[in-house]
Amino acid sequence: MIDRPLISVEGLAKRYPAPGGKPGTTVFENLWFTVHPGEFVCLIGHSGCGKTTILNVMAGLEQASAGTVIADGREVSGPSLDRAMIFQGHALMPWMTVLGNVAFAVRSRQPKWPKARVLEHARRYVELVGLAGAEAKHPAQLSGGMKQRVGIARALAIQPRMLLMDEPFSALDALTRGMLQDEVLRLCRETHQTTFMITHDIDEAILLADRIVLMTNGPGARIAEIVVNTLPRDRTRHEMHRHPHYYRIRNHLLDFLVDRARDFAREAEAGGWDARNPPEVRPGEAEPSLAVRNAAPSMARPTPHTDVA
Amino acid sequence: MAGSPRLRSAVLSAVLLAGLILVWHLATLPAAGSQAVDPEYAKLLGAAAAQGQKSAFPTPAEVGAVLWRHLSNPFYVRGTNDMGIGVQMLHSIGRVMSGYLLAALVAIPLGFLIGMSPLLYRALDPFIQVLKPISPLAWMPLALYTIKDSAVSAIFVIFICSIWPMLLNTAFGVASVRREWLNVARTLEVGPLRTAYAVILPAAAPTIMTGMRISIGIAWLVIVAAEMLVGGTGIGYFVWNEWNNLSIPSIVTAILLIGLVGMALDLALARLAKLVTYAE
Repeated sequence: MIDRPLISVEGLAKRYPAPGGKPGTTVFENLWFTVHPGEFVCLIGHSGCGKTTILNVMAGLEQASAGTVIADGREVSGPSLDRAMIFQGHALMPWMTVLGNVAFAVRSRQPKWPKARVLEHARRYVELVGLAGAEAKHPAQLSGGMKQRVGIARALAIQPRMLLMDEPFSALDALTRGMLQDEVLRLCRETHQTTFMITHDIDEAILLADRIVLMTNGPGARIAEIVVNTLPRDRTRHEMHRHPHYYRIRNHLLDFLVDRARDFAREAEAGGWDARNPPEVRPGEAEPSLAVRNAAPSMARPTPHTDVA
Repeated sequence: MAGSPRLRSAVLSAVLLAGLILVWHLATLPAAGSQAVDPEYAKLLGAAAAQGQKSAFPTPAEVGAVLWRHLSNPFYVRGTNDMGIGVQMLHSIGRVMSGYLLAALVAIPLGFLIGMSPLLYRALDPFIQVLKPISPLAWMPLALYTIKDSAVSAIFVIFICSIWPMLLNTAFGVASVRREWLNVARTLEVGPLRTAYAVILPAAAPTIMTGMRISIGIAWLVIVAAEMLVGGTGIGYFVWNEWNNLSIPSIVTAILLIGLVGMALDLALARLAKLVTYAE
């Protein structure tokens, strides 16, 4: 990788002390990974492995017990407008309108802007997420999907260097989730938005992410490996399962979550695994069987994940 | 029966009121075959007893007449002991409002601080727990002794009784603002002052308003008793004065009006609370 990472997580650990000075629980330990400019990285793992804590540490909302997060060459010491957060439970202010919620964020980024300009900018982002006409509504009048759209508009409106998402679609029904995934895919491609997202949904990760970070089960969770998504970048939700790489990647992720996430400690002891440099694997390209090659000769060549302007 | 549920409940209320007045009327009817009373004795007991009624308790018609007399000319002042019921009521409302607003000015900022700081909350909690259950009237002698002014003492008593619900509700409302909203403000690098008035205040406003509504109710309860003690003016003093005159119809009138004003105060606060309430 030639470009400098936008975010670099270095040796991150979180421990909770036990009462009475005994050694406490270690949620996760010695995590190393990076997110490059323009890249979409997903972190996938079972609940209880500290996913949300990692995101909160990256956002500057929580302190790690050890290790650092370097953002843009500087150590993260607190929250910043450069890293916008999309929360699991939308976290909209219920007393503000849709436009008010977005404008609240815009005013925080641009305190010197006159009111008209703030509202104009906020309105543009409300339209961008497809909520034109709902500006004056309150969150309670919106469906779950629409609320999360406002959350996305609020995060994008401050034009952050980096977008952090904490299972943003997990509280939505399948249909709405699919629509919002498409929307996020479109927005991130259009704006070359660098994004880090936490999920436990394999298909969501394959659709959205350029690289997928795999975490083992807690306590003492580690990063087992990083899966490079070799599907073409212009994949869509409806078409991607026809690509020969899709099922290989999917099966790899599923195998990991079902078996390897639990017993990874043994695997790591067997040797070859280095916490500082977790292996990057390309299961999509692995063991190319003749049948698949012949069946899909015209399939677009997978593009590497760093070819963003 | 046809009509909306609202209309039907209104009809039922009217029927109940009519029934109540009827029972009252029947219970206060003059007993049949009134016995002759010694005129000297009748003079001592008053007209009601002399006419041979069962009791001195007035009939609904008598109370109605007195109510009408009070309401047709509520704002006259003919001397320290002869003022219109409206003037007395305004004195009481004025006292309640000044004590209540002073309490709000102290309780809401202090509650904010207590709600934000767990340290302060724990440090002040024993004081609040001891002071809160004290009957406000127990402060009266102390207030009269130190302030040496009965009018100000009454305001102080209102202040001390209405401060606790507002203080505790504000602290609770501020302390239980959803973490998510605070995290949103933090990730947007919103300063502490803007977080306080743009996030915490609107988030806690419904809880604060509930405390203010409880407080105005308590203040209105306490003012009558306080004015009976300090005397001079006010609806509480009016009731006590009429008791000394043994004018039961005037007392019943005052009781009725105290209830109506209390209801109006509560309704006004409920309206305000509705303005700051949000649906989640």
